[in-house]
Amino acid sequence: MSAENTTDLITRAEYCVVAVAECFRGDGEIMANPIGTVPMIGGRLARATFSPDLVMTDGEALLISGPYPVGATDQAKTIEAWNPYRSMFDVVWSGRRHVMMGGSQIDMFGNQNMAFVGDWDHPNVQLLGFRGAPGNTIQNTTSYFMPKHTTRVFVPKVDVVSGVGYDRAAALGPAGRFHRLRHVITDLGVLDFETPDHRMRLRSVHPGVAVDEIVAATGFELVVPADVPESRAPTPDELALIREVIDPHNLRDQEVPNP
Amino acid sequence: MSEASSPASKIVTEADVVAELRDGMTIGIGGWGSRRKPMSVVRAIAQSDVKDLTVVSYAGPDLGLLCATGKVAKAVYAFCSLDSIALEPHFRTARQAGAISTLEMDEGMFLLGLQAAAWRVPFLPTRVGLGSDLVARQSEIRTVTSPYDDGEELVAAPALTLDLAVVHMHRGDKRGNGQYLNVDPYFDDLFLQAAEKRFMSVERIVETDELAAGGPIQSLKIPRLLTDGVIEAPFGAHFTECVPDYPRDEQFQKAYAASAKSPEAWAEWKAKYLDCGDHAEYRKVVGL
Repeated sequence: MSAENTTDLITRAEYCVVAVAECFRGDGEIMANPIGTVPMIGGRLARATFSPDLVMTDGEALLISGPYPVGATDQAKTIEAWNPYRSMFDVVWSGRRHVMMGGSQIDMFGNQNMAFVGDWDHPNVQLLGFRGAPGNTIQNTTSYFMPKHTTRVFVPKVDVVSGVGYDRAAALGPAGRFHRLRHVITDLGVLDFETPDHRMRLRSVHPGVAVDEIVAATGFELVVPADVPESRAPTPDELALIREVIDPHNLRDQEVPNP
Repeated sequence: MSEASSPASKIVTEADVVAELRDGMTIGIGGWGSRRKPMSVVRAIAQSDVKDLTVVSYAGPDLGLLCATGKVAKAVYAFCSLDSIALEPHFRTARQAGAISTLEMDEGMFLLGLQAAAWRVPFLPTRVGLGSDLVARQSEIRTVTSPYDDGEELVAAPALTLDLAVVHMHRGDKRGNGQYLNVDPYFDDLFLQAAEKRFMSVERIVETDELAAGGPIQSLKIPRLLTDGVIEAPFGAHFTECVPDYPRDEQFQKAYAASAKSPEAWAEWKAKYLDCGDHAEYRKVVGL
């Protein structure tokens, strides 16, 4: 397949993959820990191109060099180090890590809920639990991948704060000094917190998406700059890496269907 | 006559573990998600009359099965997952019915809680939990002010002291030394250190010399100092993953998950795989 001939057919998932990769640009020699299919493809793309020093796991207890395809479990891997769960917490608490998590709700300051919806002792909907969200957000750089940008996910107030947002981190004073939220990547665009009071801002829209569409899909007031750029397209080399090396079976389309 | 006598054997059965349990106890279960869980012991607990347990676990079908059989008053957990199925469906049912209370934890805070109990201190300080609802909305998790010049307010991860713990290892000897052969030891040694009564099931009991011969020295993670009883339970972790001995039984796990869909489906699963009897009977029914 010649990537050059297909650049006009770049899928929404591929814009998401590039947005994820961009999110890890400049991170240097830290652990990049993207969770989810599109995040993993994006993380591996960043390492295969402009962020070669990133350290990444195999999803379990090994640190491996790459790139190799997502979804392949029996793949021969070059192992760099042993990283059982216990070592993972050492990495998180040292701050030498940038995690990209999911979540069921997020608010304008980036408070995230992946625990449950409803009462503490009688939730309407049990979700995954707090998992590592409190520790991740207070100890190392955190980004989010939310593949369905809707008002059910982008809410005025989350039911439970599992991942800590900027307002709560600010209230902690110096104890919250390692808190950093980088980007929130969705099927519609990219958001960040680069505003004076760290309210969520629209950073870019994926081609084919209108700014109004994102505003309407967000359940709180989004900071919208006068000029909102389009999300960057993959280069031909990046596209070839995505399609032929990192995700040859097109698992990315299952997570972010092309509109 | 020499004072030397042969060393005691710690070999026990699942029933001996159950005999140690009392209503209202706090029990810890090793493994992680649907990986290397001591399921033969969990099933024996599920079959018993004990009730109102507090279950402390990096949870998977251990917590789910004990919820489904009404053994759990409270779960101390950060997640309850079957790995290939993100949320344990029996746990979901119990939570959404309001049937159990919880102490919600972060995965790393959980480790500190076990470590605090193992070191016999009431808490360990951490940044984990600051700003989150773990602290803001749970009175059981409190903060502590640093006595040093920084004066920072940190979270005091509470000691997770256990009345009883059970873990599953690949190999052990009759004296209670244990060995893991997969890539991650999880936190099984900490569960044992945090507990008053400590049990370890193993795939196979071997001569002590065979432990070091069977894997790298680092795999001898559980010294007999940490165990009161060892249970030989081949396929004892089924249907959870216990590589290299066997992978997760995904098909069986799917059927287990589907049994949460209705009381009738659960009754059918329970009659076949739980009411069948002890671990030997279970192996026959499953065909292990």
